[in-house]
Amino acid sequence: MSDLLLTPEVRFQKEIENRRKKDGVELSVLNLGPTHPATHGIFQNILLMDGEKVIDGEGTVGYIHRAFEKIAENRPFYQINVLTDRLNYCSSPINNTGWWMTVEKALGIEIPKRVQYLRVIIMELARIADHIICSSVMGVDTGALTGFLYVMQYREKIYEIYEEICGARLTTNMGRIGGFEREWSETAWKKIHEFLDEFPAVWKEFEDMLTRNRIFMDRTIGAGAIDAEKAMGYGFTGPNLRAAGVDYDVRVAIPYCSYEDFEFDIPVGQNGDCYDRFCVRNAEVWESMKIIRQAIDKMPDGPYHADVPEYYLPPKEEVYNNMEALIYHFKIVMGEIPVPNTEVYHAVEGGNGELGFYLITNGSRVPYRLHFRRPCFIYYQAFTDIIKGRSLSDAIITMSSMNVIAGELDC
Amino acid sequence: MSLTNEIIQNTLSQVFTPKVENFHLLHDILTFEVKPDALYEVIQFLKTDASMNFNFLTDVCGVHYPDYEEERQFCVVYHLHNWIDNIRIRIKSYLPASDPSIDSIVSLYPGANWQERETYDFFGIIFKNHPQLKRILNMDEMESFPLRKEYPLEDQGRTDKDDRFFGRTGPNC
Repeated sequence: MSDLLLTPEVRFQKEIENRRKKDGVELSVLNLGPTHPATHGIFQNILLMDGEKVIDGEGTVGYIHRAFEKIAENRPFYQINVLTDRLNYCSSPINNTGWWMTVEKALGIEIPKRVQYLRVIIMELARIADHIICSSVMGVDTGALTGFLYVMQYREKIYEIYEEICGARLTTNMGRIGGFEREWSETAWKKIHEFLDEFPAVWKEFEDMLTRNRIFMDRTIGAGAIDAEKAMGYGFTGPNLRAAGVDYDVRVAIPYCSYEDFEFDIPVGQNGDCYDRFCVRNAEVWESMKIIRQAIDKMPDGPYHADVPEYYLPPKEEVYNNMEALIYHFKIVMGEIPVPNTEVYHAVEGGNGELGFYLITNGSRVPYRLHFRRPCFIYYQAFTDIIKGRSLSDAIITMSSMNVIAGELDC
Repeated sequence: MSLTNEIIQNTLSQVFTPKVENFHLLHDILTFEVKPDALYEVIQFLKTDASMNFNFLTDVCGVHYPDYEEERQFCVVYHLHNWIDNIRIRIKSYLPASDPSIDSIVSLYPGANWQERETYDFFGIIFKNHPQLKRILNMDEMESFPLRKEYPLEDQGRTDKDDRFFGRTGPNC
């Protein structure tokens, strides 16, 4: 039996003994997690240390595994949306929208241009919220708490926009098959404009504080570096891959939701280290704001949802007065929507990479199989490889720069 | 000349027939079946051949079809992506219920490591030559493979709740 199949405790104990016999060096085992402040979520790394240096490590994940793929096999499509909220909970609207687009692709629904633009706005706001957290937490892990608290106020403003659009803040459960549940209010638009007016100065200030900061640069440049070849092999996507210099972005490679209508750049890094990841995320925030502005300027007229009465709940007053609406309402609520027998893979550019939904339906009310391609589950396996031979403090900053979200990791 | 679905289909049929079959287009993704004993060679060919260039493994997952014939009860689905010509393909490999095992592709794509472990964890599909084939999201002591269809979710309305019905006794803790 290969040693790798042992539990990490037993495996590292063996290595400690071997090393002691070999040259008398005393190695030690360190438990990083499951509830360590630097993991920002519940997952564990068992590290074999030589003093301050990481010799080997093993990630043990699954502490908040909730069997979403199993639960999804027993839920109608619109009830699966709440499960997707809880994947990458820093940018739930992206997950929600990705899920609706998967379903719409399977059902063959055409989405009006205006709905697509609204979705682009909300997804880019979510991306900004996601990057705000990741970049500012990198500051926290290198000892700069102020920037974090400062920009957090603006994540709060994004949450207020969500609240105005869908009523919820963190787990948004936003949208329906075909569009949004209601028209965006005046207040929502006002808040979006306020955010676009105020946030650039704040983000500039945040970047000024850290980007050319001597301490921050010393801590992050060269730490946790991964080259492009390796990153692709490990299935990296999103900002982490782009930091290594590969310009793959689902929004451009396989455009969805009319992303092809907008002008924006894909920022790339060079060395794939923590500093590059930080810079790529920060630059993406500016690109996201650019996209939102363009979407607002070009916003076409039209309804806020597609005309698909079989799938989209009719307004309540119609239900009381109109026979068809009553029938559709009843059928949708009872889960009696027509579902074809098909297979769909749809990917969106999530906050931390390519978030894919692989849906197999067999004509029944529920998915036959639903698989989430969670970007951070796939790239997190490279973590122990990246930190080998580096110091513990590098490991911590590498972990926060990779933007590993426990909810998405464990699914 | 950029790569198209027809070229992929023709090349693969020429090189690997009868191990590849049932080419069809499903929502813009070319989907086909590969016999499990040829899977490693097919994916190696797709990755290394200069005209194919499938440089990125997007996803690996398992599916359980208890209603199919014995030889096709499990399926491993691979999504590959060629970033140069920007084309996706989906490869399916059906495995028999009696021996659900297939070659691991970790040596081709290191990123397959955890994805294959996840598939093993939930379906009990054995990936041969995998460096570390053990459970990943569930606990090591578990004996069942929870995403197989024979494990239903608990009935939400039951009133006779008892530890035995949660599977909390015995080795399935």
